[in-house]
Amino acid sequence: MRKMLTIISNVLRGNASRNGAELVSEGARVVVSARTYADFTPQASFDIKKCDLHKLEEGPPQQAVLTREEGLQYYRTMQTIRRMELKADQLYKQKIIRGFCHLYDGQEACAMGIESGINLSDHLITAYRAHGYTLTRGGTVREIMAELTGRRGGIAKGKGGSMHMYTKHFYGGNGIVGAQVPLGAGVALACKYQGKNELCVSLYGDGAANQGQIFETYNMASLWKLPCIFICENNKYGMGTSVERASASTDYYKRGDFIPGLRVDGMDVLCVREATKFAAEHCRSGKGPILMELQTYRYHGHSMSDPGVSYRTREEIQEVRSKSDPISLLKDRMLSNNMASVEELKEIDIEVRKEIEDAAQFATTDPEPPLEDLCNHIFYNNPPLEVRGTNPWSKLMSVS
Amino acid sequence: MASLRCFLRSGKNAVSVVLRREFHRTPPAAVQITVRDALNQAMDEELERDERVFLLGEEVAQYDGAYKISRGLWKKYGDKRIVDTPITEMGFAGIAVGAAMGGLRPICEFMTFNFSMQAIDQVINSAAKTYYMSAGFQSVPIVFRGPNGASAGVAAQHSQCFAAWYGHCPGLKVVSPWSAEDARGLLKSAIRDDNPVVFLENELMYGVPFEMSEEVQSKDFLVPIGKAKIERQGNHVTLVSHSRMVGLCLDAAAVLAKEGIECEVVNLRSIRPLDTETIETSVMKTNHLITVEGGWPQFGVGAEILARVMEGPAFSYLDAPAVRVTGVDIPMPYAKILEDNSIPQIKDIIFSIKKTLNV
Repeated sequence: MRKMLTIISNVLRGNASRNGAELVSEGARVVVSARTYADFTPQASFDIKKCDLHKLEEGPPQQAVLTREEGLQYYRTMQTIRRMELKADQLYKQKIIRGFCHLYDGQEACAMGIESGINLSDHLITAYRAHGYTLTRGGTVREIMAELTGRRGGIAKGKGGSMHMYTKHFYGGNGIVGAQVPLGAGVALACKYQGKNELCVSLYGDGAANQGQIFETYNMASLWKLPCIFICENNKYGMGTSVERASASTDYYKRGDFIPGLRVDGMDVLCVREATKFAAEHCRSGKGPILMELQTYRYHGHSMSDPGVSYRTREEIQEVRSKSDPISLLKDRMLSNNMASVEELKEIDIEVRKEIEDAAQFATTDPEPPLEDLCNHIFYNNPPLEVRGTNPWSKLMSVS
Repeated sequence: MASLRCFLRSGKNAVSVVLRREFHRTPPAAVQITVRDALNQAMDEELERDERVFLLGEEVAQYDGAYKISRGLWKKYGDKRIVDTPITEMGFAGIAVGAAMGGLRPICEFMTFNFSMQAIDQVINSAAKTYYMSAGFQSVPIVFRGPNGASAGVAAQHSQCFAAWYGHCPGLKVVSPWSAEDARGLLKSAIRDDNPVVFLENELMYGVPFEMSEEVQSKDFLVPIGKAKIERQGNHVTLVSHSRMVGLCLDAAAVLAKEGIECEVVNLRSIRPLDTETIETSVMKTNHLITVEGGWPQFGVGAEILARVMEGPAFSYLDAPAVRVTGVDIPMPYAKILEDNSIPQIKDIIFSIKKTLNV
């Protein structure tokens, strides 16, 4: 949007630009549509896949309206996640990122769709495949990448790493499989207790779906009617174990038993959005928790240590890429309905690439946290305390 | 006359009484209060003081608490503030931690700390470590409380002491009150603390009455976390203990006083942070150290204290090796004679003191 306005202002000021004629004509086209001549379709209605329902009479609508503005925003954000994750892959192979790195490429429609179905004032918690959510919840690419490289400019000042990123109303990034689900229900309890009409989205994967504490959470969330949306991101593999080998029932949307559930096409951002809106309405109306299963796919292995081809075929990965890629799906929809131009989307790609490059540059050059920070942040709102170092003569200081 | 009586018992009140000219006012008095009632009153006052404080756990509401610690609270505050949970520790501890992250100040009760093992991941990985991992972004103001350690006749799975387990972990504060004053002041401090606090009570202490001065009865009386208390002054040996064992140390000291041996009894009050300074100051005075705890010896609270004394200035003041008196290194048996011989008795403390003093 900003780019369009720049073009318009350039045209109006009569500035020649690098690609002179091309941009002027682009600007002219944009100016025409800004004058509400629909050179681009301002919005269109799309058919979306029907959701399978569990203990629900009705589901989300089977059509979604997408405005041009929304479409461009979703495209940009999903592309940003995609390129950020691919850059992280690169940096990991260069050994600039260490430890665990669980990448989200392929699943972008889930994070984008969910965020567009809730408000920033709502709450969200997920497990360790969290970079995409850190972004959609308000983190910047710079601070996410700098956290991955363990620098002081990281979103957790370099002390958390890939799995422990936090931002406002985003509770991580959690390393222990399944532990985040009761935490999310607790945040929902706090929302209800404080009467804020906010809800909490608690995400987990198909692997975590068998955790006992999740069933304990279903029980309490239901008993106490907590405003909690449980979302299972089913990417078909829990690490290297396919869903058929891990779960006696792979109908994850039904596993909440007494909790109503939806099975959603997680590769279609509009499907995810409509389902999330539906679920949010359910929670906000005081009906208690609801469960969504998003059927999605990850292109990378479980983490950077997993090539991801020992338990699935390259053909399978390729098939999903060519037939169900979430960004391609959105792009095709927008282009075939004249909601954007090829050049416009390319322009966004270029901008995204630049943003990622700048962020990677920052992430590789920013200094590591100072050693003085080693013992800080043990306790909140506490007078400074002494911390024992590696030997009895090493007395370190911890500040809140 | 009333004002004169005041002056004799607790001088500081005399002035205020005289100024108010309330000659018929009842003089301020210490009261007898059990540990149970001290905990109950502390929670009641903190629930009243801050709306965000709430209690959850098994049987805390309609049953009035498995050990009646929360008696009357549900009646007074209702379902929203006093919440009965199903028997799902991992789930409700996680929910409590999430509620703390979301802006509330939960008190999460474990019916005993033995059951906290089911939820220990939430206590350590979700509560204790989060402020650090988030580099100060996300705090977790939560209290985990409940009875800890041996009871009477409850056998192996219900008798473990978790002071060493929780005391091991950075990011947690761990306290272990002995008296009613400890219980009241430490619980208030714990609830007002913005960090995760593990509050280790003792079932056998719940019914024990203590005298509580008026100052301690005041609504804002707090016992600071991380500071030990000298319960008894002495010159010959330092006894360092926590929870119920403090009482046994005082009993042993009373017996030995008749033989001319004066023990200094240090009530740790806090396991983490550990008040090394008070211990060292005492050891530098008495030159002898014995730690007394109910938990197992290996990697226990006593082991940590001894290591610290070794590494610090007090070592040079020791006239004999510091030793530990602990529970026997076995799962707790059931039969009374076996159980009695599984935890330190007064005679074990006296024996160890005499060995250390070489008398």
